[in-house]
Amino acid sequence: FSLAAYRTDEGQPWVLPVVKKVEQKIASDASLNHEYLPILGLPEFRANASRIALGEDSRAIKENRVGGVQCLGGTGALRIGAEFLRRWYNGTNNTATPVYISSPSWENHNSVFMNSGFEDIRTYRYWDAAKRGLDLEGLLQDMEAAPEFSIIVLHACAHNPTGTDPSPEQWKQIAAVMKRRFLFPFFDSAYQGFASGCLDRDAWAVRYFVSEGFELFCAQSFSKNFGLYNERVGNLTVVGKDADNVQRVLSQMEKIVRAIWSNPPSQGARVVATTLTSPQLFAEWKDNVKTMADRVLLMRSELRARLQALGTPGTWNHITEQIGMFSFTGLNPKQVEFLIKEKHIYLMASGRINMCGLTTKNLDYVASSIHEAVTRFQ
Amino acid sequence: MAALSLFLDVPLTTEVNWLLDAYQQDPSPHKVYLDHRDCQTETGKAWDYPPVSQTLLQISTDPTLDHEDLPELGFSAFTRAATELALGRESRALVENRAGSVHTIGGTGAVRTTEAARGPWRCTWPCRSGPAPLSAPADSLRCIFQDVGFTELRSYHYWDTARLAVAAEEFLQVLESAPEGSIVMLHAPEETGLTPKQWEDVARVMGKKRLFPFFDVPAQGLASGDLDRDAWALRHFVAQGFELLCAQSFSKTFGLYDERVGNLIVVARDSGSLVRICSQLQEQVRATWASPTSLGARVIATVLSNPALRNKWKQSLRALVEKILLIREKLKAKLRLLGTPGCWEHLTAQVGTRSFTGLLPSQVAFLERSHIYLRPDGQFSLCSINAHNLDYVARSIHEAVCGSV
Repeated sequence: FSLAAYRTDEGQPWVLPVVKKVEQKIASDASLNHEYLPILGLPEFRANASRIALGEDSRAIKENRVGGVQCLGGTGALRIGAEFLRRWYNGTNNTATPVYISSPSWENHNSVFMNSGFEDIRTYRYWDAAKRGLDLEGLLQDMEAAPEFSIIVLHACAHNPTGTDPSPEQWKQIAAVMKRRFLFPFFDSAYQGFASGCLDRDAWAVRYFVSEGFELFCAQSFSKNFGLYNERVGNLTVVGKDADNVQRVLSQMEKIVRAIWSNPPSQGARVVATTLTSPQLFAEWKDNVKTMADRVLLMRSELRARLQALGTPGTWNHITEQIGMFSFTGLNPKQVEFLIKEKHIYLMASGRINMCGLTTKNLDYVASSIHEAVTRFQ
Repeated sequence: MAALSLFLDVPLTTEVNWLLDAYQQDPSPHKVYLDHRDCQTETGKAWDYPPVSQTLLQISTDPTLDHEDLPELGFSAFTRAATELALGRESRALVENRAGSVHTIGGTGAVRTTEAARGPWRCTWPCRSGPAPLSAPADSLRCIFQDVGFTELRSYHYWDTARLAVAAEEFLQVLESAPEGSIVMLHAPEETGLTPKQWEDVARVMGKKRLFPFFDVPAQGLASGDLDRDAWALRHFVAQGFELLCAQSFSKTFGLYDERVGNLIVVARDSGSLVRICSQLQEQVRATWASPTSLGARVIATVLSNPALRNKWKQSLRALVEKILLIREKLKAKLRLLGTPGCWEHLTAQVGTRSFTGLLPSQVAFLERSHIYLRPDGQFSLCSINAHNLDYVARSIHEAVCGSV
């Protein structure tokens, strides 16, 4: 329950059927060689990955002001984006530019920006423990107070670890403040398709910001939605004012990449590119993604139903209101410790649970254990 | 929204691929690129290692394999096999449990991870603003060091451009005068042409001056055709008790350029230090690529640990080495036949996948006007020469040399 990977109802890792098919195709394709990829990555991958994020009819793509850099997973994409911003963003202020990360967030966000050289990493309020939901007021206040040109790390969907996303209306409010304060949006998109089961819906926030005229970065990961965790497939989408700006940005990113990993690895990018460019495979993939998302959604509703049926103290609608792989159960440290030690249910100290750990076989056990934890420890 | 772009002041840089860009933009049908990073067959396709394609196919149909994240430090079956390949199974460092490894993204990733981590090691190892890395003519390494903040990068040469031979004496002098604690990048030791005796001298001086060895091994097995022989220098240093680093790349030796398989070997004073060092490296990895890529490492681990595949692979390596030797002979013969002024023995005296032509910068510039592209220092890749371009290359070198005599 603490791992960050999808599991089937049998509790097993799942290699997507479409992935298996494409991998075999690639392995038996005699026309492919193993030459170095270009430094910025496989062109078909970069273009199609950005297209997935921004949409088929993206004006920004049509206006030729979108670029992509193939990176080592979402982490690699965040890193290249951060390294670029550290060198070139915000005049001579660069490393002194404040970087705002949600409280809480994925632990690695902090390390990536810190290792890239940023000296002033702050948090913006996000999770309201009492409400068990988004602290929108706190978030907006923190953004109002942020120095102009600060970098804001936003989760595109399925916020990790809370599973709580702003609604479209709330996103509009966030975008309005960010526009007024000249804050730079750096999206982390690791769950597109995996959250709601619908690619477009999960990309709504990123696309809204683009339509509002923002220049932004979006670090995309294909680990979860392609199940290709160990092939490290990521893309950094860059949206700029015009083609010339994007070209210059990409040229500097190429220089940065050369001194970190030189050229990216091919396999994962090829699998994704092959899938995205074939209508049939693309449809199959969307289907596979929906399978994963649906299972998670089912586990959410089943868990909530059981807790409510047991009469477990507290409210449990946040389980189904939250989205994606993770849920902030709202359990306190004592309750978490009980679950780990006495019930052998492993979740994070924060109360974060990986919904993929739930199966039809263990739902009852987990529900009754949570019930026990909550009733025995306050 | 602001009317001007946030990226307005970002300058365009074209320095990354300048040589390749120049070659690609050249419309001449005769153009030749002599700076390939990969090893090619006569027809210009990538050199094929049969066990590799075989294993790739097998992996793609193996139902027991999944795509779960690798540990941060990588695929241990791979790192173990790779480290043993370099250090030798009986290595003191392995036996005493003070050699560790990190599975990285290519040789570049190996060097980058270490040097980026060096900041926190201020107390144990040379710190960032202190003594400088010395690096042989391998500019790709230079940009890594610059990027992580080293300001004092110095060069040394083991190749004497006047005498067209290995210049061990000069190298030793540079080492003698280096500040204590400097990091010395030993790039492609297997291809330098230094003899074991000369390496012993290098080790002695480096030990005396407390210089830190950082080996970079891109082609173990492709210099002499013998894996152990090519690893002699590295193993000697380990046997002498040095603490050192070694970045291994498997791009050339397995033909898996695009899968970016590298291994960073750490040889520490004791297992306690090793643990501490690896934890620092782990942190760097976490903030850069989180965990490494699986496919290439899986292939290599499979090939190295299967006796039959391993033998086939070694045969393939030797075949490539023979091909390279043949190219050297042919080029030298052609130049002799043409009566090109100068001595061309160095073409066959050097070993490995890359060599110095011995051409002057002005002659290299002449070659570029003849649509032949190589580095300004005259270094070229042997595998870039094949039956189709050999004549043209030889003739052009002839003209370049005659023209400047």
